[in-house]
Amino acid sequence: MTAIAPTGHGDAIGPGGTRGVRGGRGVELCLLVGAVLIAVYGYVAVGLARDGAVPPDAARYGAGLGLLALLAHLTVRLCARYADPLLLPIAVLLNGLGLVLIYRLDLETPADRAAPTQLVWSTLGVALFIAVVAALRDHRALQRYAYVCGAAALLLLAVPILFPEVNGARIWIRVGPLSFQPGEFAKVLLAVFFAAYLAANRDALAARGHRGHRDLDALPGADGGPRGRMRLPPGRVLGPVVTIWLVSVGVLVLERDLGTSLLFFGMFVIVLYAATGRASWVAVGLLLASAGAFAVGSVEPHVHGRVEDWLHPFASIEAGRGPGQLAQSLFAFAAGGMLGTGLGRGDSVLIGFAAKSDFILATAGEELGLVGLTALFLLYALFVARGYRTALALRDPFGRLLATGLATVPALQVFVIAGGVMGLIPLTGMAMPFLAQGGSSVVTNWIIVALLVRVSDSARAPDPPPTLTGAPASAVGRAEARR
Amino acid sequence: MIPCIRRAAGLCLLLLAALLVNAVRVQLVEAPVLDKNPANRRPALARYAEPRGNILVGGRPVTGSRDSGGRLRHERTYTEGPLYAPVTGYSSQTYGTTLLEHTEDTVLAGTSAMLTALPLWREFSRTRAPGGNVETTIEAPLQRLAFEGLRGKRGAVAALEPSSGRILALVSSPSYDPAALSGTGRRTTGAWARLNARSDQPMLNRALRQTYPPGSTFKLVTAAAALESGVVEDPDGPTGAPEPYLLPGTRTRLPNEATGCGRASLAYAIRWSCNTVMAHLGVTVGLPGMLEAVGRFGFNDGSLRVPSAVARSHFDRELTVDRLALSSIGQYDTRATPLQMAMVAAAVANEGEIAHPYLVERTTTAGGDTVRRQLRTSYRRAMRPTTARVLQRLTVEAVERGSGRRAAIPGAIVGGKTGTAQHGMDNIGTPYAWFIGWAKDPDEVRPAVAVAVVVEDAAAKRQDISGGGSAAPIARAVMAAALRGR
Repeated sequence: MTAIAPTGHGDAIGPGGTRGVRGGRGVELCLLVGAVLIAVYGYVAVGLARDGAVPPDAARYGAGLGLLALLAHLTVRLCARYADPLLLPIAVLLNGLGLVLIYRLDLETPADRAAPTQLVWSTLGVALFIAVVAALRDHRALQRYAYVCGAAALLLLAVPILFPEVNGARIWIRVGPLSFQPGEFAKVLLAVFFAAYLAANRDALAARGHRGHRDLDALPGADGGPRGRMRLPPGRVLGPVVTIWLVSVGVLVLERDLGTSLLFFGMFVIVLYAATGRASWVAVGLLLASAGAFAVGSVEPHVHGRVEDWLHPFASIEAGRGPGQLAQSLFAFAAGGMLGTGLGRGDSVLIGFAAKSDFILATAGEELGLVGLTALFLLYALFVARGYRTALALRDPFGRLLATGLATVPALQVFVIAGGVMGLIPLTGMAMPFLAQGGSSVVTNWIIVALLVRVSDSARAPDPPPTLTGAPASAVGRAEARR
Repeated sequence: MIPCIRRAAGLCLLLLAALLVNAVRVQLVEAPVLDKNPANRRPALARYAEPRGNILVGGRPVTGSRDSGGRLRHERTYTEGPLYAPVTGYSSQTYGTTLLEHTEDTVLAGTSAMLTALPLWREFSRTRAPGGNVETTIEAPLQRLAFEGLRGKRGAVAALEPSSGRILALVSSPSYDPAALSGTGRRTTGAWARLNARSDQPMLNRALRQTYPPGSTFKLVTAAAALESGVVEDPDGPTGAPEPYLLPGTRTRLPNEATGCGRASLAYAIRWSCNTVMAHLGVTVGLPGMLEAVGRFGFNDGSLRVPSAVARSHFDRELTVDRLALSSIGQYDTRATPLQMAMVAAAVANEGEIAHPYLVERTTTAGGDTVRRQLRTSYRRAMRPTTARVLQRLTVEAVERGSGRRAAIPGAIVGGKTGTAQHGMDNIGTPYAWFIGWAKDPDEVRPAVAVAVVVEDAAAKRQDISGGGSAAPIARAVMAAALRGR
């Protein structure tokens, strides 16, 4: 919070003119060098701990990561030179550390090596980052594709239902040796759709009767509204909201994916709140979500089992069936203690299945300790904070809501999976952003970074282009009218 | 819109803060409990991650470590498992540790704080010192001879250096290979089940953990009690024990294997093992005197550690007079470990004082620096030196001219006492053959060795299984080797 507050009133709201903001590309480059060095150091530390020698390909790994970082940096320098200088280094650092952790776990499972594949996916992710930053010169262009994005997201979410269940969840599409989770890509598409839809309809949803396109932000307190006036908005506007809720529940029931469902709904509620300023929406949303989660949790055995595991992580030990995954994960975190065992010296591989993906944080917790874990959480917090700061600094509602949605995705995702593997909330399969093994996830995260870099460039640019507030909103309006 | 976005940001950061608080809960607050959860395999993994230190006999390791390549990485190996099993015990990934593998575990596993000059650094860096080594007092030639002597029989041998308490040989037969229990999996559990199912109990450490009725060898203890209490003042004078001797208060006649025991002297009774004389002396000393005397030898002491735990040797605290008579000749409920009887012989040889027996000479770091050296300590004074010298003479006579002739070694002073212990309901079990003795080089001041041998042989005929017949030759071989080794 403190990271945002001091800047909010100053340069965020000031209309146009010079804001004394320099691009910060030099800072970004320095931070990138630091990020790459930390990742390479981690890689070397693993080798030293395991074999007592620097891994032979440490230089190649460093050069590869450095090259990716450099290309991304050059793209930002050329195409988005006012972008926030922290976003890219944080992404590179997290991705680099993720590769180190996966490589480290690969040493325990020589038959199943995931780090090379992850490196390929990371490269693809950076390539997409470069493509998005280079091709998308103004984020407001996305507004035009709002309904396309929404439909595509629904399609991506629906497709895995046709594919066989994997480990209790239907979230995968498998084509030959390739498999990916379309739900990951749906996150970005839905963020775009929510932002565009709510930017266009926020007045109607705010349900304050007739109101023109006044600049609400210029009137402090206007968002809060008088309390006690809870009128439901007209069904025409409410429809899509209910649809989203149904989709979330549908995802939960049909795909048995509690995490994705929670993520979509959480992001939607937060963006809805940001757009309308109606706390009642949040209340209704939370009520619906809890009702849905409770109903599904009691009825659906897979989800019910997860809740039971959360409440009684050691029940399987007492029953003589040995420790379950969650118990093993807790053991790993406990073994890390304050300082951790050191990279390459832990036994988090005992978690077994999904140690490199859903449970990757346990390896970080065991080998880097509470200190390392805190650093990781702070990195995520910083990333999210920079995303929100961008949202505050932007002037167009679509951009604001888009940045809010994009910053919310990793925040919720980190909470859901980290809280899950540490016994804070029921465990649900989900990738730790950037750290976890998983191609779809890493690629999606790079697209999120690209979009945030793009909007932050608009937010921080000293001489903003003339406001187009009306045009894109009416484009959505037209699209809706045609429907 | 801006306050809402700010509140949303606040919510997101609140979620991350919740994660941090939860991380503190799991990693610091609950960690000690989670670390100790029996299902947590980390302690086991750390334990077997590095090769275990070795147990040494005569400067050479009798143990080793094998990299199994499994998750519990290093497995214990034994160079001559059955020979040294009563010394080393086993170190099993499935069944834990016993004997020296158990008592010296912190040194062998490298967890002892004494192995490192900077224990705090080890704590901080979470590294383990390489496993240290344990040097035993066992003398390989004695151990081997005792083991060979018991081959094919059931029994045990314990040999001590009387002056220091060093345990020179500790053999139990039949034995087993502890290497069969080292690992995990079906082969290990199968071996465990087979060893436990065998009726001859190969995993029983007969030298330390099994008690036998000591039979006539116990007469040395009774003799010491009689001499110490003044019941016998002249060992060569008549004791007044009648023959036939009826157990007091009964009409049961106590038989003698030897002849000429009527009113015989203590010297004659020890030399030829007269039951009647010793039972009579025990009764004359009385229960309180006998209890005091046996306690001075270590009977009824359950706390002896060498450092492996030694079973408690037993003499009843409450007895009727007839049973006191039987107990005084090592029958009825009197029971002793072979080590206890070796300590009796050592007390005789060492002027009445028993040095605390011990198995570990010193422990070292992997690099050879001494971690701890065992110093000689006194265990108990069993009798006055004058009493001990009398018993030395009597036991030497027993070997030179009495029942223990087969233990005699030319050129050496050897004292000893045979025993044939009845056991079982109405004494129908095959008797145990005993021999306890000591040997000394005439040119040396200190005795070289004290030894106790027990043979329980189901196959032998009753006549053959006298202490003089089957136990004495084994004792002789061990004592001769000890004299040679000086």
